[in-house]
Amino acid sequence: MAEMFPRIRACGDSMLSVELADYIDDDVNRRIIALFDELNRNPIAGIEEMAPTYRSLSVIYDPAITRGGALADVLQKRLQALSVTDTSSRCFSVPVVYGAAVGIDLDALARMKDMTTVELVNLHASAEYRVYMIGFAPGFAYLGGLPDALHTPRLAAPRQRIEASAIGIGGKQASINSVPGPSGWRFIGRTPVRLFDPYRTPPFLLKAGDRIRFRPIGEAEAARLDTMVAAGQTVLEPEAA
Amino acid sequence: MMHLRILQAGPMVTVQDRGRRGLLHSGVSGSGPMDTPSFRIANALVGNGEDMAALEFASAGGTFEVTEPVRFAVTGGDVDIRIDGSAVRPWESHNLFPGSTLVVGGLRSAVWGYLAFSGGIDTPLILGSRATHLRTGLGGHEGRCLRASDLLPIGCLDPTPHLALTKLWRRSNRPINVVAGPQDDYFDASAWRTFLGSSFVVSSSRDRMAQMLDGPVISACRGNDIVSDGTTFGSIQVPGSGRPIVLMAERQTTGGYPKIATVASIDVPRLAQTPSGSAIRFRLISQAAAEALLVAERQALQDVMTGLSEKTEPMSVAQEVAL
Repeated sequence: MAEMFPRIRACGDSMLSVELADYIDDDVNRRIIALFDELNRNPIAGIEEMAPTYRSLSVIYDPAITRGGALADVLQKRLQALSVTDTSSRCFSVPVVYGAAVGIDLDALARMKDMTTVELVNLHASAEYRVYMIGFAPGFAYLGGLPDALHTPRLAAPRQRIEASAIGIGGKQASINSVPGPSGWRFIGRTPVRLFDPYRTPPFLLKAGDRIRFRPIGEAEAARLDTMVAAGQTVLEPEAA
Repeated sequence: MMHLRILQAGPMVTVQDRGRRGLLHSGVSGSGPMDTPSFRIANALVGNGEDMAALEFASAGGTFEVTEPVRFAVTGGDVDIRIDGSAVRPWESHNLFPGSTLVVGGLRSAVWGYLAFSGGIDTPLILGSRATHLRTGLGGHEGRCLRASDLLPIGCLDPTPHLALTKLWRRSNRPINVVAGPQDDYFDASAWRTFLGSSFVVSSSRDRMAQMLDGPVISACRGNDIVSDGTTFGSIQVPGSGRPIVLMAERQTTGGYPKIATVASIDVPRLAQTPSGSAIRFRLISQAAAEALLVAERQALQDVMTGLSEKTEPMSVAQEVAL
């Protein structure tokens, strides 16, 4: 049975999920973020907060102010009237030390792909990525735009601890880890940049819709950036348009 | 400054407040109490505002001292509480003086307890909240469970009357209400019959993040992988094992398993408080019905908190028995 989208689903008594598709797609994600931005600009009474994901928008509401049924009708109308422009998205150049202790899978991945590590690094750093969503953990960035040749299934058994700086590949997705933890993704490098630091202003550097390029750096520059990051500097600034 | 000293801590004592709000789009889940009504009643019993922080504990509290006189209250369930060896009741406020030792023992027929002090636990706000998020080491006291020799600041509060809860707060064995979705269509009629027609046993695999359920396997006819989307407190994920996982206060904000249903907000604390090994059943209700129940329960909780009765003289159980 073919699915009918968009559809708005109940998630209990205080959340709706506005689903535009059940697959990963750039245009779908652009529409989700456009809806998120639209609802931030022109709020609907009763909505407490929202979270855009790859293909859906989670909408948390207070049932004492609006009921899910009525809110779904209003959201449908907003969706129909939605115009999608993403001229506001920012682009960042993320410095990466490829390989070494955190990039544990770089060499094996290059062999698996029948490339040299230099070719793999150049391919990874040649693409423009897009932040599809921030989710799972604080500041964790799910990136779209990974070149087809780098798509790699996750490990059968996750590793127990991967560092907060790790640059990963999981299936068709790329990522920048924001907190340490277990992961079944493959890791090819690390960045001195901290996407999440609760003691820094701002605590989060990226948001859904941002664009990213990876910039290979050497250990010397990484050490310099590490020192700046340790001093609480953000290091990462959007590139001039 | 007034301080709380931890002499001995139960297995999972954390600082919690109402939780973090407004950061879901940055991947930060609410955290906060597993049983919000019990938490709120604990704060109300000692005259605290609803934004103040208290301690949450799992199964047993611990041993505590204070550096200045405070009032405290323990809620969540029936529990053995002693001040210098004399028993006092849960669900009402008592004085604790410097030099005295407070022992909060094991919960009976409940899993999560709350220990509130007048003035509130005054650890720093992290991202707008004092709630501990254990998995990411955020908030509370150094982002972790409390242990012996920890010293926590307590805020100041003008004295208010001693209060007691007169009627037990909500205990029932009725089925846990759920609302279908958002991926209810990943499960066919037979899977739904299993889900609604069987008993599930609350597993001992549980923490502040998630609660596993044992019982019949639920198979997803459209597979157990979805493109990750948003989760909420009470989302019931079904991974490939067919064993349901209910996401709790400290859940991940997005997940890639289909969610057959969501526990109604009013029944989330009841599920959280169900001891491991106990059987539960699910009952399907509409989103509108769950909303109505939630709105009514909020009013009932408000009524309970404004209707707390004043104790003229704080009295220990031993004193009461002696009368």
